[in-house]
Amino acid sequence: MSPSRRDLLKAQAAGIAALAANVTLPAGAQPVPGGVDALQIKWSKAPCRFCGTGCGVMVGVKDGRVIATHGDMKAEVNRGLNCVKGYFLSKIMYGADRLTRPLLRKKNGAFAKDGEFTPVSWDEAFDVMAAKAKETLKAKGPTALGMFGSGQWTIFEGYAATKLMRAGFRSNNLDPNARHCMASAAYAFMRTFGMDEPMGCYDDFEHADAFVLWGSNMAEMHPILWTRIADRRLGHPHVKVAVLSTYTQRSSDLADIPIVFKPGTDLAILNYIANHIITTGRVNRDFVDRHATFVKGAVEIGYGLRPDDPREVRAKKAADAGATTPIDFAAYAAFVKDYTLEKTSALTGVEPGFLRQLAELYADPRRKVVSLWTMGFNQHVRGVWANQLVYNLHLLTGKISEPGNSPFSLTGQPSACGTAREVGTFAHRLPADMTVTNPEHRRHAEEIWRIPAGVIPERPGYHAVEQDRALRDGKLNFYWIQVNNNLQASPNNTAEAYPGYRNPENFIVVSDAYPTVTALAADLILPAAMWVEKEGAYGNAERRTHVWHQLVAAPGEARSDLWQMMEFSKRFTTDEVWGAEILDANPDYRGKTLFDVLFRNGQIDRFAAGEVEAGYDNAEARYFGFYVQKGLFEEYAAFGRGHGHDLAPYDTYHAVRGLRWPVVEGKETLWRYREGLDPYVKPGRGVEFYGNKDGKARILAVPYEPPAESPDGEYDLWLVTGRVLEHWHSGSMTMRVPELYKAFTGARVFMHPDDARARGLNQGAEVRVVSRRGEMRSRVETRGRNRMPPGVVFVPWFDASQLINKVTLDATDPISKQTDFKKCAVRILPVSA
Amino acid sequence: MRGQDPAGLRVTAMRTLFALGLAGWLALIFGIASAQQADPVRIVPRLTGTAPPMASEHIPPLGRPIVDDVRRMRNYPEQPPVIPHSIDGYQLTLNANRCMDCHRREFTEGSGAPMISVTHFQDRDGQVLSDVTPRRYFCTACHVQQTDVAPLVPNTFQDAHDVGRKP
Repeated sequence: MSPSRRDLLKAQAAGIAALAANVTLPAGAQPVPGGVDALQIKWSKAPCRFCGTGCGVMVGVKDGRVIATHGDMKAEVNRGLNCVKGYFLSKIMYGADRLTRPLLRKKNGAFAKDGEFTPVSWDEAFDVMAAKAKETLKAKGPTALGMFGSGQWTIFEGYAATKLMRAGFRSNNLDPNARHCMASAAYAFMRTFGMDEPMGCYDDFEHADAFVLWGSNMAEMHPILWTRIADRRLGHPHVKVAVLSTYTQRSSDLADIPIVFKPGTDLAILNYIANHIITTGRVNRDFVDRHATFVKGAVEIGYGLRPDDPREVRAKKAADAGATTPIDFAAYAAFVKDYTLEKTSALTGVEPGFLRQLAELYADPRRKVVSLWTMGFNQHVRGVWANQLVYNLHLLTGKISEPGNSPFSLTGQPSACGTAREVGTFAHRLPADMTVTNPEHRRHAEEIWRIPAGVIPERPGYHAVEQDRALRDGKLNFYWIQVNNNLQASPNNTAEAYPGYRNPENFIVVSDAYPTVTALAADLILPAAMWVEKEGAYGNAERRTHVWHQLVAAPGEARSDLWQMMEFSKRFTTDEVWGAEILDANPDYRGKTLFDVLFRNGQIDRFAAGEVEAGYDNAEARYFGFYVQKGLFEEYAAFGRGHGHDLAPYDTYHAVRGLRWPVVEGKETLWRYREGLDPYVKPGRGVEFYGNKDGKARILAVPYEPPAESPDGEYDLWLVTGRVLEHWHSGSMTMRVPELYKAFTGARVFMHPDDARARGLNQGAEVRVVSRRGEMRSRVETRGRNRMPPGVVFVPWFDASQLINKVTLDATDPISKQTDFKKCAVRILPVSA
Repeated sequence: MRGQDPAGLRVTAMRTLFALGLAGWLALIFGIASAQQADPVRIVPRLTGTAPPMASEHIPPLGRPIVDDVRRMRNYPEQPPVIPHSIDGYQLTLNANRCMDCHRREFTEGSGAPMISVTHFQDRDGQVLSDVTPRRYFCTACHVQQTDVAPLVPNTFQDAHDVGRKP
């Protein structure tokens, strides 16, 4: 709108007056120059781009650019608050080195593994990429083709990926980086309740009388949830907070019961608490009898290392790590009887008084308890066990599935739940908790996807760590990485991932918004649209599905990951990928492109591009000619509706600040498995864990077992890796925001002052962190926010110039296959001048 | 009382320096790119890793915290202000909040520190309390110190005033 005649006259008059008075009127001091229109900002909602908390943010757009963001007052999760990262979301898309064109390694005008990155057109990029994929398929079949996705994919992107890989290329070699993050939690949910994801939600925080953090530094990693806990603790003096960690950190600052235990011994603490509950007669027998059964787990299950590692050869049950056998309550009570206060205190290094106080939080029937955990539990060689052992405590006392009583697994990525788990982008999973190994599940998925029976392969594909190994061994030759920085994230990357990426037999494609370590180790880099440059949907840790509109355009030729997959699928016909047997039986599918059979299948393309809400662009709808996101969402929702995973109609999500599934008859479900709160519980049952056929949850008897590697004379310190408040994951977004970078400029080795002194090191000294795998350089920090006990060092992994994963061990939980990034042995040496 | 540089001279100088640095950096990348088709990806070790990729190179010192007490202009009104002074050894625990010793409403006259924002008095339902709301108790979740280092790459974020139609 142009300024009115009246505005112009007023401005002119002010100017003349100023001139007459011999003063200059600075532009900024003029009353509303250009009228109120010039001040207006278009505000739209979106979830935050970072962690799994799922805060609502309002995004301000002016003239096609994001110019501000703030916490959304209407979002239940955060009610107007953001953490420092969230407040700087406005800047994450504007790093000056955004990737804007596909870059291919070329030499003398053609692709070469040892060539230099050269800008190419999308056509050329996809030509080379399709040729490489076809070459691989022809030579070795679909098992040599793989994809590594992300809990930062939108729900549509994860869904498109699972279709493209499983139904298109017939490969289950699809895994998300959530494998490094959430796999142990997901397996434990399935093993205990037969259904993934928490029964409770964040509303538990306002009802609880005690919070117990097991291996989680929420003050830095989930700051907004921490504001809700601080609100409850500081506002209600009877509330207690216990923080268990292997070092003292910011969350400990709010703790009534601060506990620092020896790495890996949390398993013993959990069994001690169970023993305390039993021996003090505080088991809720009625609840246990009606709603739980007991099983004993296989022991000596190994560490998920390469099979020829001596530790695997020694492990008796490595091949069948997840096996369980039924037992009864008496056998379980006898099993945990060993975990006495004295023995546990000696093993863990924790004062008996603190252990008893902690146990009482669970045992006291009048106290409602929320247990919270993240990577300390999940990145654990016994991570599934640890998750299950905490469920034991809530089940023994009946403190579950009601407001304030809640074992709650937090997530680290914005859509670890929504995309990685619910959509089923793990190597063994399908949407809505189904698996590829179950023939009924495969048939059901094939029906919904309208593809011939038998297309989806039965064998689970390579999981994350296995993918790195298969790349190095030359078994996986075509590999596409989207929305994550896997080389920086991947354990023991000098020995496994990096040689795998640079293996001349392999072709590596990386889609990203910025040049990351991973992108630069690839052969082809595809520039990606990010966050509000596309329409999206995320699912947070409390089952909340949250949708946003595209608010600005992506720079240059950057395209969304969704566009990339759909457009790439046009380059393959069914004849090239499905095999003669399937096509002979289903001749109608012959000669069609994967785009036709997967995305233009009469379902996904049934909503017109014009249905996109007025006032918002949608690059994919414009390009493909139909409302892609809505079509994908509605097809995907068919998996869960009526099966305990119900989602609302797609358009609803644009109008609300997210809804927690199952959404039944328009109502979200805050607490699952309890009658009156969850519509899926049959009347009269009270509590029903309906994920399991018998409606009961499992209580698991497993012992303490030591980590894969512990300090010794040669490598004398524990290494724990993790994050800091100011940087999110590998730092590719936050390190490009000047304020966040300047708040925490680089990784460092947090170390006890005595450990530093013993090595002749001063604060800030440059050091080498050395393990049996590799080494990296860093600087000593003895005074910072993390206060280390002697013998333990902490190094964050966000800094690409300090790749701590050159040092870490690729040991995993043998059940979940999730890496233990929290426990390996290192030594620290000075860098001699 | 902490000095606030009323004339804004130092801040202006800093901002000009930063703008010059940004211009220089942009000129460098685009200049080289147009002049000789150089590598389209610039290696900035803390962002892209080193070249060669898995090398262990010298790690520069961490940089010193900025403690000049000069308030920085916010990028937009909702941005939490950064902390321009030392917070070394500040207790921020269940028992004590050292930040509030200066920034609490009752103490600002003596300390000269800015009072915590009015939003900080509001509880989860937006009702105003008589002191800081417990949910805002841990200041460092939003307010961070800065270090005297240059950004790794410029950020092309634009101020709302520099975007859109000009009067």
